[in-house]
Amino acid sequence: MTQLPTSTEKKLGLVIDLDTCVGCHACVISCKGWNTNEYGAPLSDMDAYGGDPSGTFLNRVHTFEAKQEGCASQTIHFPKSCLHCEDAPCVPVCPTGASYKREEDGIVLVNEDKCMGCGLCAWACPYGARELDEMAGVMKKCTLCVDRIYNENLPEEDRIPSCVRTCPAGARHFGDFADPESNVSKLVAERGGMDLMPEQGTKPVNKYLPPRPKADVNGTQAPALEAQSEEITGFLGWLDRTLEKI
Amino acid sequence: MHPAPSVIIFSTISGLGFGLMLFLGLGLPDVSGWVAATFATVALGLATIGLLASTFHLGNPKNAIYAFSQWQTSWLSREGIMAVLTLAVFFIYAALWAFMDNRIPMLGYLASAMAMVTVFTTSMIYAQLKTVPRWNTAVTPLLFLLYASAGGALLSNQMTVALVLLGLIIAFQAMAWLQGDTALERSGSSIESATGLGDLGKVRLLEKPHSGENYLLKEMVYVVGRKHAAKLRVLALVLVALLPALLILLTDVNHVIVAIIMLSHIIGLFAQRWLFFAQAEHVVGLYYDAR
Ligand code: SF4
Ligand code: SF4
Ligand code: SF4
Repeated sequence: MTQLPTSTEKKLGLVIDLDTCVGCHACVISCKGWNTNEYGAPLSDMDAYGGDPSGTFLNRVHTFEAKQEGCASQTIHFPKSCLHCEDAPCVPVCPTGASYKREEDGIVLVNEDKCMGCGLCAWACPYGARELDEMAGVMKKCTLCVDRIYNENLPEEDRIPSCVRTCPAGARHFGDFADPESNVSKLVAERGGMDLMPEQGTKPVNKYLPPRPKADVNGTQAPALEAQSEEITGFLGWLDRTLEKI
Repeated sequence: MHPAPSVIIFSTISGLGFGLMLFLGLGLPDVSGWVAATFATVALGLATIGLLASTFHLGNPKNAIYAFSQWQTSWLSREGIMAVLTLAVFFIYAALWAFMDNRIPMLGYLASAMAMVTVFTTSMIYAQLKTVPRWNTAVTPLLFLLYASAGGALLSNQMTVALVLLGLIIAFQAMAWLQGDTALERSGSSIESATGLGDLGKVRLLEKPHSGENYLLKEMVYVVGRKHAAKLRVLALVLVALLPALLILLTDVNHVIVAIIMLSHIIGLFAQRWLFFAQAEHVVGLYYDAR
């Protein structure tokens, strides 16, 4: 049903640490790999070895630069996948009932057996978190690795999203935001976790941790050293000192 | 947004069909028998062709039947249901009128009202989207209703009504374009709000996530041909409204003139609808430093 639940028992989601992310794109590849082999239709590529390759991804890493007048710029790597919004605008627009938000844990999913590939849900998402797979013709999106996190066939340490498990920098964290004592809730409280495009009113579950203030980003570069001359001796030294006095 | 030909054809042609139903439902023009049958067939034909065109942009049309299920929340679902119901009611009304010579006014009014509700549901698919600030305004449904009914008035030879509607189109379309040009700024979304990095200074995209194209860019960050937009706007208004209005005012509207009016109106309508999509900026473009 495309009616959003009034509240969900758990609020599962990710915290993404913009301070820690090194922009290696490992999460992009591990997400693509896991979701090509598991849940639903594989994530296809078009013209993969040709001149104009493109493909379906559920997680993409952008790189931004922020710069204040007169200061050095900062580079911020910015992973983006579905934010599993509380007021997900992508769900109620769906005409077929394929899109839904789960009452038990808040995960937003697409039932591919009902999706007709109209693309309206992708239009409704402000974050570009939904992509229509060109080959399968159905809508793909981050599943929060619903087929890993409850999967008892996996060793316990693997029962977290593939992107979180893979990240070599530890920039992605998975947990329950409904529980104030959870790892993710604490991170958000400590580090000032923020919403993306709050003005869109989507109430994202996923939160982003802003880069920590850099020690010297406001002083620009270190001050230039004064030119130092070695003590000059001999005739030239005498000349130098004499000229100084004139 | 990507101006897909199938969507442009769907929304213009089906709009004309439902617009014609509006007037036929009101018993205008006052005809009967085969003439009435011809008018009704044109209306049903246009609406049906338009609806069929809309299925061409589906990735997975075999599941289209489910689209009738989510009327409680989805404007697209409501549109599908309204369109089919309207076609059915109008068909019964028109068949009684043309073949039994028994025009039932109440049934006609119902068909007229349903035709307008259908056009309204179509417009709400776009107007509901907060992610496309240019569309997210009450002027969007107003314009869809005006375009549909003006086309219907022209097709059903109601030239006085058509004049009024064409005048309203010029006024409200100009207003929609002017307001629309600042809608994204006024929405409060920016690359800073999209990334949450505004506190660190002015934000720009340093590197795209992939060097190639992707679905999001093709579908929602369509910028091709925008440079001709200003010219196209003038052309659209002249063809869709100004030229038809002048021809109605200055000539004795015979069959040839009516044909010219319709041709001009429809070409103008395509141009208007192309602009409606091509100029619409989706906020996801902010993540790509594009709009
Ligand atoms: S991020 Fe987009 S796809 Fe995910 S829940 Fe929010 S609106 Fe829907
Ligand atoms: S693309 Fe599929 S999931 Fe998205 S709105 Fe259309 S039918 Fe629903
Ligand atoms: S949670 Fe799973 S599906 Fe979502 S971005 Fe991470 S790996 Fe991809």
